[in-house]
Amino acid sequence: MSLDKEFLEYPWRSYGYDHERYDWSMLEDRAPVTWPDGKKLAVWINTSLEFYPLNQRGVPFKVPNGMKMPYPDLRHFTLRDYGNRVGIYRCLKAFERFGVRPTFAINTQLAQETPYLLEQLKAFDGEILCHGWNMDHLHYGGQDEQEEAELVKRSVDTLRELSGQPVRGWLSPAKNQSWNTPDLLAANGIEYCCDWVNDDMPYEFKTSNGPLTIMPLSTELEDQFIIGQNLHSEDSWVEQVKDAFDYLLEEARAQGGRMLALNIHPWLIGQPHRISSLEAVLDYVTGHDDVWQATASEILDVFAKQAGKEV
Amino acid sequence: MKESLGVYDYWPYKDRPKIEWPNGAKVAFWVAPNIEYYELDPPANPHRAAWPQPSPALPGYGIRDYGNRVGHRRQMALLDKYGIRGSVSLSVAMCEHHPEIIEMCQERNWELFSHGIYNTRYTYGLSEEQERAMIRDSIETIYRHTGQKCAGYLAPALSHSERTLDLFAEVGTELFGDEAGIYTCDLFHDDQPTPVSVRSGKRFISIPYSLEMNDTIVYAVNKVEPRHYGEILKRHFDRLYEEGSESGTVMCIPTHNYQVSCPHRIKAYEEVLEYITGHSDVWVTTGREIADYYLENYYDAALADIESKKRSAK
Repeated sequence: MSLDKEFLEYPWRSYGYDHERYDWSMLEDRAPVTWPDGKKLAVWINTSLEFYPLNQRGVPFKVPNGMKMPYPDLRHFTLRDYGNRVGIYRCLKAFERFGVRPTFAINTQLAQETPYLLEQLKAFDGEILCHGWNMDHLHYGGQDEQEEAELVKRSVDTLRELSGQPVRGWLSPAKNQSWNTPDLLAANGIEYCCDWVNDDMPYEFKTSNGPLTIMPLSTELEDQFIIGQNLHSEDSWVEQVKDAFDYLLEEARAQGGRMLALNIHPWLIGQPHRISSLEAVLDYVTGHDDVWQATASEILDVFAKQAGKEV
Repeated sequence: MKESLGVYDYWPYKDRPKIEWPNGAKVAFWVAPNIEYYELDPPANPHRAAWPQPSPALPGYGIRDYGNRVGHRRQMALLDKYGIRGSVSLSVAMCEHHPEIIEMCQERNWELFSHGIYNTRYTYGLSEEQERAMIRDSIETIYRHTGQKCAGYLAPALSHSERTLDLFAEVGTELFGDEAGIYTCDLFHDDQPTPVSVRSGKRFISIPYSLEMNDTIVYAVNKVEPRHYGEILKRHFDRLYEEGSESGTVMCIPTHNYQVSCPHRIKAYEEVLEYITGHSDVWVTTGREIADYYLENYYDAALADIESKKRSAK
């Protein structure tokens, strides 16, 4: 018994990373970033609006939170659809109440099929970014490059047309990518991507079509991760978000600007018994003098300018 | 395949020779930050997939990279604050990829022990010769970069063969005699150090590392809330502290900075460090120091006690 000798060979074992997408650095060592008006903590509230098809193909895997039962899985289909019909409007009301400048990541197919919803989002003084075509059109290693190129282009172009916004950002369904995804995003004029969750600040990323900025959108702090996957209580989610907020604010005071990236899902947090938890979080994070609550693009622009680059 | 592991004897947690830690401490307390490198596209091991998605598996890779870019510094600051030296379970390729982190460990006089080359290269399926080469590489890499003679081993991703402990002990001896290859963190059978038999007959022991207190097990497998993790750690400590007045115990907190150093979790962890180090009879130490002290003072008595209990049971 033995493994192929390749298993004990380490072609990338040298300084930096085992890929060439971005440079190695530790957050604490980077030049401090200052947010507008001397604020310490940027808070980006991202709402993911998702369409989970009933006839899920599951290629190359079943998307988390998608259909689980034999076809037709009415249970999960309608629970997810609830977010786009009911939950989002509770979230929007909460955003109004707390003066939130929201960022919406939307599946383009959903934007196309629910023009009323899209108009409601556009009416908000916020930002819309592309969350791919739908939750069953994953980007993945081994995907045909032409197929993915068409998918990215269709998703981005259609959303630009429908929204009338520049659509500068991208969030892959399930934060999954192929080896080509970043190159395709840059080729389609996408400026930032939220898929890599390896930092508490934006950072520069290389593609074959020019630079991209990663805006890490924390998975571990999401409602669906804490409440949905970990089965923690709503109260615990609120406590965890507050603890994260307090910690990042303190770190920002000592080391320079930090970013709290909070992703929420109306199908989960928009339920009647949970919406007060979102309100509690929004009350807490918008109530501080040291907070700059902004959209993803606003944070990106300030960051890029200080990194010595015009976007 | 064997029915039982057979590297230690049954030895009840009752009437053992009394352990007294330095300065009358009841608990030997050590923190073992795992400083790991997971590859984005490792060669496939036929016995275990590295990632659930096809490469590139961003979701898992990204959060582990968060540990390296963000997390280590946060925990380092905490351990500095509470006067704790880390005992690092090290994917040794970190010495090449991110040497700045290793230098910071060295500046703090932390211990570095082997956790394999990468945490995406499993032991499963390796021939004895291959596993020996991998272990040797790991001990040599630590020595080359830090001058430390690797005392301990935690197999990469806790993947083992039947020979893992034997090989680690042997390679340690080949390279540095009795200074290297003296303890394992791979056994979870006890709350005190215990002798472990290896085929070379070397004086070799297990140091309790605790999967139950391991943040990844607690957070990712058991899905515990952060503040409850704090409670669990305090209760674990309280009981070992109490029992430690009868005979010294060992408490380890194994951590991963992509878990415990996330901003929503680190506060609960800090409270625990403050709590534990606030007790008077705690020996705040490292894996190697516990191993050295035990081998010097209690190993022979333990062997004799195990032997006599075996005889009287017959």
